[in-house]
Amino acid sequence: MNQAGDTYVAAAVADAHRQCWAYVLAATVRVTRDLDLAEEAVQDAYVRALHTWPATGVPDQPGAWLAAVARNRAFDVMRHNATWRQTVPLLVDKQASPGVDETSVDAVTDDRLRLIFTCCHPSLAMEARVALTLRLLCGLSTADIARAFLVSETTMAARITRAKKKIAEAHIPYRLPADEDLSQRVEAVLNVLHLLFATGHTAPSGQELVRAELVERARDLARMLRLLLPTDPDVAGLYALMLLTDARRDTRTDSSGRVLRLSEQDRARWDRRAIAEGLAVARLAARAHSAGRFPLMAAIAAVHAETPRWEQTDWHHIVGLYDRLIAAWPSPVVALNRAIAVGHADGAQAGLEALDRLTAEPQLAGYQYLPAARAEFLSRLGRTDEAQLAYREALLLTDNGAEQEFLATQLRSLGS
Amino acid sequence: MSEYLVLIHHDEQQAMQQADPALYERTARAHEEFRAANQTRVREGNRLRPSSTATSIRRDTSGELVVTDGVFVESKEVLCGYYMIEAVDLDEAIKIASQVPAPFGGVEVRPVWPMDEP
Repeated sequence: MNQAGDTYVAAAVADAHRQCWAYVLAATVRVTRDLDLAEEAVQDAYVRALHTWPATGVPDQPGAWLAAVARNRAFDVMRHNATWRQTVPLLVDKQASPGVDETSVDAVTDDRLRLIFTCCHPSLAMEARVALTLRLLCGLSTADIARAFLVSETTMAARITRAKKKIAEAHIPYRLPADEDLSQRVEAVLNVLHLLFATGHTAPSGQELVRAELVERARDLARMLRLLLPTDPDVAGLYALMLLTDARRDTRTDSSGRVLRLSEQDRARWDRRAIAEGLAVARLAARAHSAGRFPLMAAIAAVHAETPRWEQTDWHHIVGLYDRLIAAWPSPVVALNRAIAVGHADGAQAGLEALDRLTAEPQLAGYQYLPAARAEFLSRLGRTDEAQLAYREALLLTDNGAEQEFLATQLRSLGS
Repeated sequence: MSEYLVLIHHDEQQAMQQADPALYERTARAHEEFRAANQTRVREGNRLRPSSTATSIRRDTSGELVVTDGVFVESKEVLCGYYMIEAVDLDEAIKIASQVPAPFGGVEVRPVWPMDEP
């Protein structure tokens, strides 16, 4: 095979890794009832693809090919190696889809959902849920996950091992939650995906504002969940929120990496395709009148996405949406964002007063966006000394290099 | 089916200060109802005497047995009762355990590790 062909195959395998990992792994876990063995078999199948596809060509359905190879590989190991039996088998609910052909679309849909609900089980620590999700649903390596969350590879490996052990030994089930638990369990999944997205959208530290990999993985997972649970308004809300927020990615920093505010972003460069899809999904989500937070967050993002110029933003509408969001999801961070919207709707003084009502919130202590927002309103009111103080406070509280640079620039512009 | 131990913890001081006979009655009845509602799943269970009756036994560094008055680990919430339950999986165990009355605390669910399992 020539070099161009090799590159083509490598790209096809990478593509299949990204698109089909969860599908292939979920189908394999059904056979192995053991996460580690399934992971090994799936990894093997991808390696086999790299070696085989140059000669045979890329199969029409790479996912099905990989799943078949991984299954065979797993069967081989189970036949020839008795040690795998010593681990506690996963509880695969055989009655979950009675009469459904194992390879049918329904069975596989169920499998992926089972895997998602297992990874995001509420009895696992949040950091373990996040790690397992990236590992088992996205097929990211432990090293990559460790890098994304700035912990050592050993720490991350231990975290993943511990979580897998708990799944097996506490018998966290590998099945769809009962109907009466479904909405609560979906919410647990959505919180994991949202945390992934938020961590990628504004990296807590480092020099880059965005960790694109995390954002894209979170968006892919939300898209998959939307396919698996097409009528769930909260899933739709989160997916729309991700699309609408990430549509602004390229305009959030200038060419030198400096952070640009929403008011400074070049809206002509927002991703119109993502916005069109996001708006359509956000509208669907809003129609269901869910009590969840994500459809409302998507509605707020939609207002910005639909407004051609910053000056035309309908801030009263946004404040109204924040009022509903606070009712659905009472959180100091939401209250902070509402206060900023109030400042744009009713003037800097009103915004500052709304912010000052939040300074006693323990959850906002150490949250850099509170002093940063105060600084902005103070500076608009001409209270320069206080504004400088607030910018300095915000600077002390942020670890993200791009955000630090932004705050330092604001501070300098006040003649300090 | 797997076995789980449901450990009931409570704030003993608060319980002693606030528990009047009526609340005591209500809690006792709630436990009866819990057992009745889950009779196929609850193996056994009981309350424990107050932590002031606890005795802890350790070996010191030279291997000598040391018997001391009090609970093994000092904390605000102490063990005050338990149930041994059976459940198909953790989801069911959580569902059962969350019905255990614990007016001054909460419960912890631990999977039993059978001796014949690796």
